[in-house]
Parts: sequence; C-alpha cells; structure tokens
Amino acid sequence: MSAALAPDLRWPEEGVSRVPFRLYSDPAVYAAEQERLFRGPLWHYLCLEIDVPNPGDYCLGEIGEVPIVVTRDEDGALHALVNRCAHKGALVCLKERGHADQLTCVYHSWSYDLAGRLKSVAFRHGLRGKGGMPEDFDLGAHRLQPIRLAVFCGLVFGSFSAATPDIETFLGPFVAGVLRRNLGRGVKRLGRHSQIIHNNWKLYAENVRDSYHATLLHTFYTTFKINRLDMDGGMILSDDGRHSLSYSKRDALRESDEYANVHSAQYKSGLHGPELLEGFTEFDDGITHMIQTVFPTLTVQLTLNSLAVRFFTPRGVDRTELHWNYLGYADDSPEQTAIRARQANLTGAAGLVSLEDGCINEFVQRGAAGSGEATEFLEMGGRDVASSDGSRATETGIRGFWQAYRGVMGW
Amino acid sequence: MIAPELRARIEDFLAGIARAIDDDALESWPDFFAPDAIYRIVPRADYEAGLPVGILSCQGQGMMRDRVLALRTANIFEAHTYCHLLARPLLERAPDGTIAARSNFALYRTQQAGGTELFAAGKYLDRIVEREGALLLAGRDVVLESRRVDILIVLPI
Repeated sequence: MSAALAPDLRWPEEGVSRVPFRLYSDPAVYAAEQERLFRGPLWHYLCLEIDVPNPGDYCLGEIGEVPIVVTRDEDGALHALVNRCAHKGALVCLKERGHADQLTCVYHSWSYDLAGRLKSVAFRHGLRGKGGMPEDFDLGAHRLQPIRLAVFCGLVFGSFSAATPDIETFLGPFVAGVLRRNLGRGVKRLGRHSQIIHNNWKLYAENVRDSYHATLLHTFYTTFKINRLDMDGGMILSDDGRHSLSYSKRDALRESDEYANVHSAQYKSGLHGPELLEGFTEFDDGITHMIQTVFPTLTVQLTLNSLAVRFFTPRGVDRTELHWNYLGYADDSPEQTAIRARQANLTGAAGLVSLEDGCINEFVQRGAAGSGEATEFLEMGGRDVASSDGSRATETGIRGFWQAYRGVMGW
Repeated sequence: MIAPELRARIEDFLAGIARAIDDDALESWPDFFAPDAIYRIVPRADYEAGLPVGILSCQGQGMMRDRVLALRTANIFEAHTYCHLLARPLLERAPDGTIAARSNFALYRTQQAGGTELFAAGKYLDRIVEREGALLLAGRDVVLESRRVDILIVLPI
C-alpha cells in the first residue's frame, strides 16, 4: 500500500469504546478501506444463489467500488469476475441480471466465456491483411479478473484475497448455525428496493449492531410491543466479535418500569389495521425478531415473519446505498406469502419501524462534521467486546465491529 | 368512451388527492379510498415482475389511517413537503363498471433546509368506483420508475 493511501490515524487509548469521527468523513480513510477492507481478507456479499439459477445466468454485484459479475457456466459452476474488460476497462455485462452464452464487451467485441476466459477479439488479424493484433498476441494471456467465490445457505460471497479463510471458518460455528436456521432451505424473492442514505457506510454498520437504539428511536416497535428491551433477548457475538446477532422473544415480555418515561412507549392507541402484525410461528425457539450481521456489510433480518437480506454499498465517503431483498421460503403457502408481504411494511425505505434509520445516520454525519479529534463514546454495556445474553442495553456489537475494523485496517 | 363531464369529475378527484397530501391534510387522505381498497408503492421493475412486496402497502383504510397516525405520533424524520405534478389521466371503463385511470406524475420534495428536488416519478394506476354519488379509489398502485429511494418515504405519494 502506498504511503499516500495510509492515513496517519492513531486510535484513542481507550480502545474500541472510542471512535474518531474522522473515520466517517476523511477521503483518505475511505480510499484505504477500498484496498485493505473491501479488497482485503474478508468475504463480501455479492448476490443470492437464486439470482443465477441456470447455466448461462449472470448477475451484477459489487465489492466496495469494484463492479463484479457472478456467472453460472455450462457445467453449473459459479464464477465471480471483475466486470471490467481486459482491453479498455469497459463494463462487460450491463444488465443487472441476464443470460448469455458468452460475455461480450460492447466496445470492441472482446468475448469471454462464462468463466471469464478470453475467447475472441474482433479484427484480431485485421482486415484484408492489414491492421490487427501483433503476431505474438496470446488470447490465453488475457481474461476477466477472477476473484474467489463461496456460497453459504444461498448467499454468494466474493473475496479478492488469497488470505481469506474458508467461508465456514470466516463465519464461525454460531453465525453459520443462525444462517442455517433462517436461510437453510430454498427461498424465493418477494421484492427488492434500495435507499440512498447520506452517510458513511460505517454508520449504518454501527446502526444494525446497535441494540441500544432500536426501541428508543424506532417508536413504532415499542408502542406496539414488537420489540422492547424488557422482552427476553440478547446480543450474541461471534468468537472474534465481528459478527453479531440481536434477538428477542415477543411472548416473553415482562413490562419494565424503565419504559415509563420513554417517549416512544407512551403512544397507547391500537392499530386500525391490526392484521399488519398477524403472523404465524415458524421456529420452535420462541425468537420473533432477529437482526444478524455478517462483517462487514451484510445483515439478515427476521422481523416476525418478514425475512430479508440487507446489504449496503459505499457510494462515496458520505453516501451509502442500502439494499433490501425481501424473501419467502420456496414452499410458502399463498397465505404465508401474504403475511410476509404485509409485514414487509415494518422495514425497508418506508418501514414503520425502520424508516428512521434512513435519516438518523445522516444526523450523525452532519452532527460530527468538522469535529477535529472528537470521538464517539461507546460504553453502554461495558468497554469490552463480549456477548450480552439477557440484555440488549449494550453497545458491545458496535465495539465488536470496530475491533474487527481495526484489525483489518491495521489501526 | 368516458363522458367529458365524468372525465372532468375524475380529474378534479385525482387532483384533490394530491392536494390533500401536498397541503398536509393527511388525515383526509384515507377518505379518498373505499374501505377495503389496497394502496401500494411499488418499483416499476418489481411491478412488472409481479412480485408481491413493494416499498409500502396498505390493505384497507385502517392501515392507511395507521400510516398517518404513525407519522404524526411515532415516526421520526426531518420535516419536508411534497409537490405533485399530475399528467392528464388515461381513462378506460372496465367490464365490471369501474374506471381504470393511469396518470403519470412527478413528485418534488422540499426539505426544511431548502432545496426542492425531484423525489419520485412514475404513474398512478387507479381503479375508481362511484358510490352514493361520490368517486372513490378502489385501488391505487403507485408505480415508481426507480427502485432507489432517497433517504426515506414516510408521507404517502
């Protein structure tokens, strides 16, 4: 890494309970992240396996700012390729999802097979014996840049780094187990949209690990008793602290006096359309709400019966695109699909319990502008990185994120 | 063929819905709908793919009232206003007597810090009925050209 891309950043002595605000606004930090984190030794979410079900299917994805295309070849094998022509660097695949026998760049008709190997070059031998590539041009010396690919529970991941451990080791046994619970059987897509949030990507990464804010900011939750901190629940971290699971059990609410003065718990009206919250029990562990994060940018959500895969992509130092993929199980009945569709109203860009996240991270971005050496203060639930089973009044998930971030970034 | 007089009434009806939203008379917004009407905001790609989940849906007036109540009392967001520009609707009488209306729209959003920006563009696909002399929406699909929302959607479109 060049010195220009290695900003001089000294982490506060207190460790992960302090976070310099500069990390959200410094272009040099952003550039360093692209290299060390997005092209570093991690698995990054690319797409769902159902996006590329058949040989010849392809689907676009991204890792940081790098455009990726995931293909399924004639033999059914998946490939992850940088979507950049080996000739002039143009995008090769343009459609978000498509089907092709070969991948041909529209600029000069360089054609690749589905594994990314260069197969032909237009006018390679020129026209009427004039022009063309030099005699020693070797098709085999050029191809779309391949990256590593892994599939786990229908989620397709990519990695630029040979140092990334295999996907199960990366996830760890606990996270792998929760993913198997939620995505271990066939799924179908119910809908998708995205939102542009006007903040650095790490503010959203914190936000989804922040079980402390959820019932204070998202007042719809509290009001209708979908998720409160006095329900049984917890924040469980992977052994290395980088992945997290926040969960709660709606049937295990023991109303706590601490909510008496919380603004969000004061709205007592019932719903005019109570069927919004009608659902069905599909797991026997009693968990009715879970937000699972996979470092750095993937989140799997099960809010009552609303199953969604969220991921977020940096769009500059102060812009992030947050993607919502709503899923059902392949064997859902029409009634179950209708319930998931109704409950999708709880989350997403217009989510009754999530829409505040569209602006709250921007409020931090704007509030922390020009802060010099100021830092965040993250001591709720202690100063360490450890699971907090039994209480979600903690910022341990956020500290876990920063511990992993510091490790990858070398800070 | 829709009689010119009925067309004029429908155009006023549709403009009145936009006015209710633009003028922050949101409590009256559900009253433009039949009690069991379905209101949805769906990105065009998902609409054309026939996917069941959009960005927002209300099944019946009750859920519409809940949306308004939630944004008045529970949801937290930065103040903003809408300005709808409606295009002339295409009208067609369906075999069941309802009227299918399709009108393009552009929606500008103004944030409290100033600055008016195009927030959404798309089409209303409405099913209009007449009950006791009054026009009502029996269903409204708001089909957005883009599936990418800037910041959030909290006010109805």
